[in-house]
Amino acid sequence: MRDIGFDEIAGAVAQMCTAACCSLPQDVLDALQRAQSAEEGRAAWMLELLLKNARMAADARRPCCQDTGMAVVLADLGRDVHLTCDLYEAVNEGVRRGYGEGWLRKSVLTPLTRENTKDNTPAVVHLRLTAGDRLRLTLMPKGFGSENRSRLAMLNPSDGQAGVEAFILETARLGAASACPPVVLGVGVGGTFEGCALLAKRQLARPLGQPSDDPLLADMERRLLEEINALGIGPGGLGGKTTALAVHIAQTPTHIAGLPVAVNVQCHAMRHQEVVL
Amino acid sequence: MTEARQITLPLTEAALQSLRAGDMVELSGVLYTARDAAHARLCRLLDEGRPLPIDLKGVCLYYAGPCPAAPGEVLGSCGPTTSSRMDAYTPRLVDEGQTAMIGKGKRSPAVTEALRGRAVYFAAPGGAGYLIAQCIRSSEVAAFPELGTEAIRRLTVERLPAVVAVDAFGGDVYRQKDPACQRSPDGLL
Repeated sequence: MRDIGFDEIAGAVAQMCTAACCSLPQDVLDALQRAQSAEEGRAAWMLELLLKNARMAADARRPCCQDTGMAVVLADLGRDVHLTCDLYEAVNEGVRRGYGEGWLRKSVLTPLTRENTKDNTPAVVHLRLTAGDRLRLTLMPKGFGSENRSRLAMLNPSDGQAGVEAFILETARLGAASACPPVVLGVGVGGTFEGCALLAKRQLARPLGQPSDDPLLADMERRLLEEINALGIGPGGLGGKTTALAVHIAQTPTHIAGLPVAVNVQCHAMRHQEVVL
Repeated sequence: MTEARQITLPLTEAALQSLRAGDMVELSGVLYTARDAAHARLCRLLDEGRPLPIDLKGVCLYYAGPCPAAPGEVLGSCGPTTSSRMDAYTPRLVDEGQTAMIGKGKRSPAVTEALRGRAVYFAAPGGAGYLIAQCIRSSEVAAFPELGTEAIRRLTVERLPAVVAVDAFGGDVYRQKDPACQRSPDGLL
């Protein structure tokens, strides 16, 4: 057994909040750069502005986007770890410090009264038990311009793979323009209602554009990316060839009566940070 | 690449008449931030026949809720938020004299109609919050300070990049490029 304590977790989370919000991952920057080279006119201008924004924000260590999101934390906890604290309290303290000391926007409120919690807590924590004596924390600040465009459908088995593909494409068609495109789609197929949504969210933590290990899904990812980019929605929704940077799909067994599909829409600012304690 | 047109805010009548959907522009002058909560408050005051905290005649509203200013900053990152959430309020505010608005994403057909002959909707690059903050020369809270990031702020901006998304003649850049979405009846766009 190995002890991991409150300050270790809170400190790591606080540091990741600022780092994630200020610097886009290199794979995202590379994909935007490739897209910029392929576009012209308004679309090229939009991507040039996004790239310039990302560079300036990283240099200044200030958030690239004002929507610094809700803090989604994927926690993979080794079964040989002994936590000397409440994990959720420690993560929330990290979010409180990170968003406060980093001058990030506090966007979290009570839904019906619209009363702001003023420190961007609570974080959304998804815990998974793993082997070993380490705690892996992945922080994904999730903005709601894109989160609001996400959709879930409980399809019928008769809808089949074609129905799943149609739903994914429709989600892009309906929502990509307002979701700060080029977008990334995280797709979960199968499981239950809530499991499907979480599976979709987890696909957004994959390295950008890394194909699925499953050849069937990898083929779907490639074809859907082409079809989405053929919609012409483009960067900023103002027309162009680049509407999505990637589609990440995963599946998990479901019920004989069901075919759930969830599409979690991610803006181009696919922010994440990871730490292993 | 075509040069962006330089446009001054508040918008002049001549500019309103000359702008067309798809034009790339840079905006300079005075505007006011207002997003969900501020729009709701303004419309409630109008409903109650009470005075408004800002003059809507000729105003440009920017749908944005900035990050707090770090020491030495005029304002934190301040990019556009999704405009469709303001669709319910916009025709009312255009009736009161609003002539320009900045946000991102599609508007409802009712907004496009409301803008006809009276106002222009600009789309700023969604996600470019830091770059846009560097265009802001001054910022002061003008109304509803208790709303925090959603307060109305009076900003002076210089060369804020944007594209004319809906012009005063019914032209809509989103529908030029994405005819499939014209059929969508759900108002989510």
